[in-house]
Amino acid sequence: MRTSRIKWHIVVFLAPAMLVYTAVMIFPLFNTLRLALYTEVEQSRVFVGLDNFRTLFGDPQWSGAFWNALWNNCWFFIIHMLVQNPIGILLAAILSHPKLRFAALYRSAIFIPTILSFVIIGFAWKLILSPIWGIAPGMLDAVGLKFLFAPWLGKEEYALTTLALVSVWQFVGIPMMLIYAALLTIPEEVLEAGEIDGITGASAFWKIKLPLILPSIGIISILTFVGNFNAFDLIYTAQGALAGPNFSTDILGTFMYRTFFGFQLQLGDPHMGSAIATAMFGIILIGVCIYLFGIQTRLRRYQF
Amino acid sequence: MNKARRNPVNIAAAHGILILYTLIALFPVFVILINSFKTRKAIFRDPLALPDAESFSLIGYQTVLKQGDFFLYFQNSMIVTVASLFFVLLFGAMAAFALAEYRFKGNTLMGLYLALGIMIPIRIGTVAILEMMVSSGLVNTLTALILVYTAQGLPLAVFILSEFMRQVSDDLKNAGRIDGLSEYTIFFRLVLPLVKPAMATVAVFNMIPIWNDLWFPLILAPAEETKTLTLGSQVFIGQFVTDWNAVLSALSMAILPVMILYVIFSRQLIRGITSGAVK
Repeated sequence: MRTSRIKWHIVVFLAPAMLVYTAVMIFPLFNTLRLALYTEVEQSRVFVGLDNFRTLFGDPQWSGAFWNALWNNCWFFIIHMLVQNPIGILLAAILSHPKLRFAALYRSAIFIPTILSFVIIGFAWKLILSPIWGIAPGMLDAVGLKFLFAPWLGKEEYALTTLALVSVWQFVGIPMMLIYAALLTIPEEVLEAGEIDGITGASAFWKIKLPLILPSIGIISILTFVGNFNAFDLIYTAQGALAGPNFSTDILGTFMYRTFFGFQLQLGDPHMGSAIATAMFGIILIGVCIYLFGIQTRLRRYQF
Repeated sequence: MNKARRNPVNIAAAHGILILYTLIALFPVFVILINSFKTRKAIFRDPLALPDAESFSLIGYQTVLKQGDFFLYFQNSMIVTVASLFFVLLFGAMAAFALAEYRFKGNTLMGLYLALGIMIPIRIGTVAILEMMVSSGLVNTLTALILVYTAQGLPLAVFILSEFMRQVSDDLKNAGRIDGLSEYTIFFRLVLPLVKPAMATVAVFNMIPIWNDLWFPLILAPAEETKTLTLGSQVFIGQFVTDWNAVLSALSMAILPVMILYVIFSRQLIRGITSGAVK
């Protein structure tokens, strides 16, 4: 029944999605990359090639802020990989225990922070960690550790790590759920075969389950990477656009926002903002490519 | 069944860890909620105590309701979220059907083109999105937000839905064709009802990020009459930083709608994640 004329129903089915997606996502994305090559001179747009990037990476006024934001962003990501994902895997491993009661209840409760907005999370933790209110020092005092307390969000050396841990607290539910789902797909026979060979308990986890869930850990890593290098909201709600104290919590998202919109005395600059967005695009693209071509193809998948 | 998996000590340790982590997860929410019902004095004197007859107060809520236009914000968030979900589901399902059902030139290419958007965050294009919205006069309208969230949600929606549409039996569709149904009727009458569970999953996945987003409301629609609940509470709390009663009440009011949505949809959400819809 195939005819050579255009099948209009296919066009009708595809057109709305393609139009919205192209016009609002893909076109602005490439337009932003293009705008990074321009600058504004006397109210008109002038093509300057890669000058904005030279300024961003080389000009001492800009490059300090850029490398600071990039390094902070890397540290933010490292904390997530080292804390969030292991905790998520641990919780999932416990939850997937076949005889565990109340598993659904724990699962739903632990997922609650993930559904709350950054505004709630940011302010709630700001209040709890605040030395004025005294919940955190009070609780440390109760266990005799009051000397450990410091105004963590106000100290340059702790603020970023503290915020990264708050973000970990918020998002631990996602690796937990994905790993939990992966663990459920491991057939009972595989585990029983291991038991016959004397592999039980923790060693069954390390030797049988962990290798089988590696692809899911890969997916979680790349989701964490993209999420972290595009983060903004938590830092903005907790520390404001200036990402204080003294820019110690500045990450690429807040740096781009400040550059684009301006703050205090500095005027907003859409072209430098685009240059930073382009840098973020490059970083995310490199990460995704490393994952797709370097990691994903090497992970062995097992079909049961 | 082996000994290790029946060991009561292990089970107790498992419950211990889970209870500990559940407490860590819920503690901040709990502290905010109980303190929002207390007088200012009681908030500072004993932050961990439940409100009692003496310390109970609704002063914070009164301030919030008097000063902030939370019903308007709530309404805006509702409109944006519901409209975006509607378009993501409708357009996403239509495109998914076309990609899953018909063989035509460029099918794979279009699939890949849409898949681009799964990994690349839409925020990267913000500068040009704002420029476009300014030149088309859509700044400070809810339409701008709906467009952005629709575009943002479509790639994953098409990906998930086309997986499910491939499983719909060909015999059913062909039977419909023999009965003289048009392709549109086949899609809306036969296929859509069968992929309802997948549509629900997509809706739940999209709902929370849209509701909670701060970036686009802040940039595209910061005007008073278009503020979403997330942006509205952010601005309100920023203004009332020193009024702890008001801040705690505003936070509690922002928590409430999300919690209600979560209670209604949590089973759907968890089933969606664990059924491997995002693999």
